[in-house]
Amino acid sequence: MGYQLHFIQLEAIVVVLGLLVLLADLFISESARRSLGYVAAGALCLVFLLSFHGSYVALADGKAFGGIYRLDGLALFFKRFFLLTAIFVLVFAVDFASRLKGAVSEYLAFILFALSGMMFASSANDFSLLFVSIELITVTFYILVSFQRHRIHSLEAGVKYLILGAVSSAFLVYGIALVFGEVGSLKFDAIRAEHAGLLGNNVFLFGMLFVFAGLAFKISAFPFQVWAPDVYQGAPTPTTTFLAVGSKAAGFVLLIRLFGSAVPALTAQWTGLLMIVAALTILYGNLCALPQRNLKRLLAYSGIANAGYMLMGIVAQSDEGAAAILYYLAGYLFTLMAAFMIINLITHEGEREDISCLNGLYKRSPFLALTLVLCAVSLAGIPPLAGFFGKFLLVKSVAAKAFGDAGYFALLAVAVFGVVVSIYYYFGIIRAIYWSKNAPVETPVTIAWPTRIVLGLCVAAILYLGLLPNKPINWVNAAAKIEAVAR
Amino acid sequence: MDWLLIIVLLPLLAAAAVGFVPDGQRQAIRGITLGASGLTLLCALIAFCTFEVGGGLQFETRAVWVESLGLHFHLAADGINIGIILMGAIVAFAAACCADDITHRAKEFYILLNLMIGGILGAFASMDLFFFYFFHELALVPTFIMIGVWGRGKNRNYATYKITLYLSLGALLALIGLIGVYVETGAKSFSIPDLIAMVQASPIDESAQQWIFPLLMFGFGILVSLWPFHTWAPLGYGAAPTATAMLHAGVLKKFGLYGIIRVAIPMAPIGAQSWLAVLAWLAVGNLLYCGLVAVRQKDLNQLIGNSSVAHMGFVFLGIASLNVIGLTGAVLVMIAHGLLAALAFGLSGHLYRQTGSLDMSRMGGLLRQMPLAGTALLMALLAGCGLPGFANFAGEVTIFFAAWLAGLKTITVIAAWSALVIGGLYMMRAIRNILHGPRGDDWAKAADVNPLMATAFGLLLAALLVFGFAPSLLTKGIEGEVTKIVRLAKPAADANQAQVSETAGR
Repeated sequence: MGYQLHFIQLEAIVVVLGLLVLLADLFISESARRSLGYVAAGALCLVFLLSFHGSYVALADGKAFGGIYRLDGLALFFKRFFLLTAIFVLVFAVDFASRLKGAVSEYLAFILFALSGMMFASSANDFSLLFVSIELITVTFYILVSFQRHRIHSLEAGVKYLILGAVSSAFLVYGIALVFGEVGSLKFDAIRAEHAGLLGNNVFLFGMLFVFAGLAFKISAFPFQVWAPDVYQGAPTPTTTFLAVGSKAAGFVLLIRLFGSAVPALTAQWTGLLMIVAALTILYGNLCALPQRNLKRLLAYSGIANAGYMLMGIVAQSDEGAAAILYYLAGYLFTLMAAFMIINLITHEGEREDISCLNGLYKRSPFLALTLVLCAVSLAGIPPLAGFFGKFLLVKSVAAKAFGDAGYFALLAVAVFGVVVSIYYYFGIIRAIYWSKNAPVETPVTIAWPTRIVLGLCVAAILYLGLLPNKPINWVNAAAKIEAVAR
Repeated sequence: MDWLLIIVLLPLLAAAAVGFVPDGQRQAIRGITLGASGLTLLCALIAFCTFEVGGGLQFETRAVWVESLGLHFHLAADGINIGIILMGAIVAFAAACCADDITHRAKEFYILLNLMIGGILGAFASMDLFFFYFFHELALVPTFIMIGVWGRGKNRNYATYKITLYLSLGALLALIGLIGVYVETGAKSFSIPDLIAMVQASPIDESAQQWIFPLLMFGFGILVSLWPFHTWAPLGYGAAPTATAMLHAGVLKKFGLYGIIRVAIPMAPIGAQSWLAVLAWLAVGNLLYCGLVAVRQKDLNQLIGNSSVAHMGFVFLGIASLNVIGLTGAVLVMIAHGLLAALAFGLSGHLYRQTGSLDMSRMGGLLRQMPLAGTALLMALLAGCGLPGFANFAGEVTIFFAAWLAGLKTITVIAAWSALVIGGLYMMRAIRNILHGPRGDDWAKAADVNPLMATAFGLLLAALLVFGFAPSLLTKGIEGEVTKIVRLAKPAADANQAQVSETAGR
């Protein structure tokens, strides 16, 4: 078989980069440490480019390490997705560094380690790799969440995430054990071959249910969503962003791999369950977002609702559905990144991220105001922005099934209701920006140029994904298609 | 010439151009907007005059947008939408003329106004379902913001939220219906002509039609203030800035009716036959209930808002009769009411500017105080109760014939009553209260309309009269297209209908 380390070259580079950042910390001065973030982001840009290099792409559709690691279109898509997310988060972290009060390089290094976990997760084709990569992500996030040790909220969030995260890991590992007990293998390929005969086997079903619960925690789906608002609010904002985008996407790539390709017959049997989870997640997220005044909490609840929308793609049980999830996630990445960055820019240390701090933003910074409005409109799913097209694809994938099964119609009805509710609270953001009377501060906002570039890129991407979806749709279709070949 | 492309792009380009003008230059901003909408009107007029009746789709622009989903950017005009586009362009120009009252943050307002105009014209010119929806949203979102920021009255915030939520719900329901059409035909294309060709060859499954039609009917219906989902309309129009109310009540609202005629009936004819009876009774709700509500109003804007909701009942009734004359009349009323609503909201906006109140009990004698505006208002109110000579009469009377013919006799009687008696009642009362009698105390310093607004109102009135005396300018084109739709919906009754339309069309 020989060594197949070239398959994991990207992950290896990221881990080494993380170690280098830790090492560099010993040799450079306090003031230079912040710019380490830019250096790391630059290095990740190179890794991102490397992922497009012919010799790496040529590996696609290959498996390594006895089939536990898989490099296909889906994995490639998500690796690039995670790299992009991490690049943005690193730039963001530099902005945030002064509020961390020390240990900046550790913060940067942990972001890189979490990134490597996500990249491994996108290639997991075996329960052992799935579990290890999930743990790598979750454990680093325990630290990233509680990084502001001087803030009680951050510590509280860290403890909450630790306890609930540990419980969900326990579910996951217990479920894996049960599945292993019945199938006799941890490999997805083996499970795919055998699961059709185990659909009446309660041990196997319980095992899969527990695994689903563990993953549902990652994407904050109902009823495993309670942690999200508190953790999103308490965590340092770059962590929140990474958690909201990266960690959620990692959960989705695993769900697509597991429920889309490893156990399709079980997914079909559980259609009703998945529908109910999706519908309740949409309802819970949107309804609870209504009374929120804190922007980070608001986005946490909207993140729960968005997880519900994306679950619709799993419910659809088609390549179309999977492709729609990828499209939605891509839009979600740019929208949330920009939104959290702006929230961070306009609030000061120790200040609550209340919705009223947006008052008069259009005077303080027209650029930030317009960008945040674009984000809100895109999240609300109004054309012609990225969020609309993602929702359009998701709804289309579910509607394709609906005229044969009334349950799908109920799900669509819930989704429509959710979108209408969400328009109400997203509109509140726009209202605060443009037509609120008493602005707390009128000082212009200063923005560092790398942040400016990231925000500009986000705006461009939101518009591009909404206005010219031709090419991106082909990309996500291709990424989701390779999945089908194996099915 | 690709007139439609020019018509849709001009306002959008104007929006971009306004964006580059420095903040304080209100005259320049107004100049750009007026110029663009004037040119658009000119193009629409040329397109209308050079349109060949019975010549199929004309002035086409078609480009692939998303290949894998079969989305096209496809603009084209046929007998139905050419008239609506002309009406939209007239109203857009008039709205731009009446937007003078916006002084604060004018630049943003005019950007949104131009976007809204572009979206409206694009929605009616689109032959691809996706762009049809897309352009509608492009016009709808500015509407919400304009009401929120530049609206008037203390109910502004509530009105903004209400109109946003209602209209978003309607649009989403319709969107699901549209996606249902796409999925169920299996056409791999969102182009309306392609879809129609598809359903002609193999109709959509009957059980699916029973889902799709109500989704589209209620979705589009909410957008047109179908009773009992109409409460957003009077409230929203009462709070909206003049130009926004003119454009929304006049043109954008007609999108839902257009959608039912253009998409819902041809795609789901079997669903239509079982649901149109429901629509007919809901139309009675519009006509009778909202008519009675209008009688009780003391505020001019509320009166116009409610009467405009009531008028939508005629169009619903015309659609529900599902025959050639009914649909022709429906399109005719859409166009006539568009012109009328714009006129009425434009005038009420002018009155509001004079004293900041539209309380009819404090008005009086305004015909002498402001002869131009007064005359226009008199004509608008008379057109509103269906005086012959105005286009509204031609459309409404056609719809009565059609509904009677379709066997909706009880409803026709109710509709005739509400149109003649109730409509006459509130309109006459408004005329007496506002225009005649001793002058209201607050109105001593009220000024008449300026030349620009007079032009706008004159244009609207002229169009109403022209189409009122010569409705065949519109109906000839409409009939041909509508016949195709009715033939899709009721293949058997075909020959019979064609004969009737021959006699009734005159």
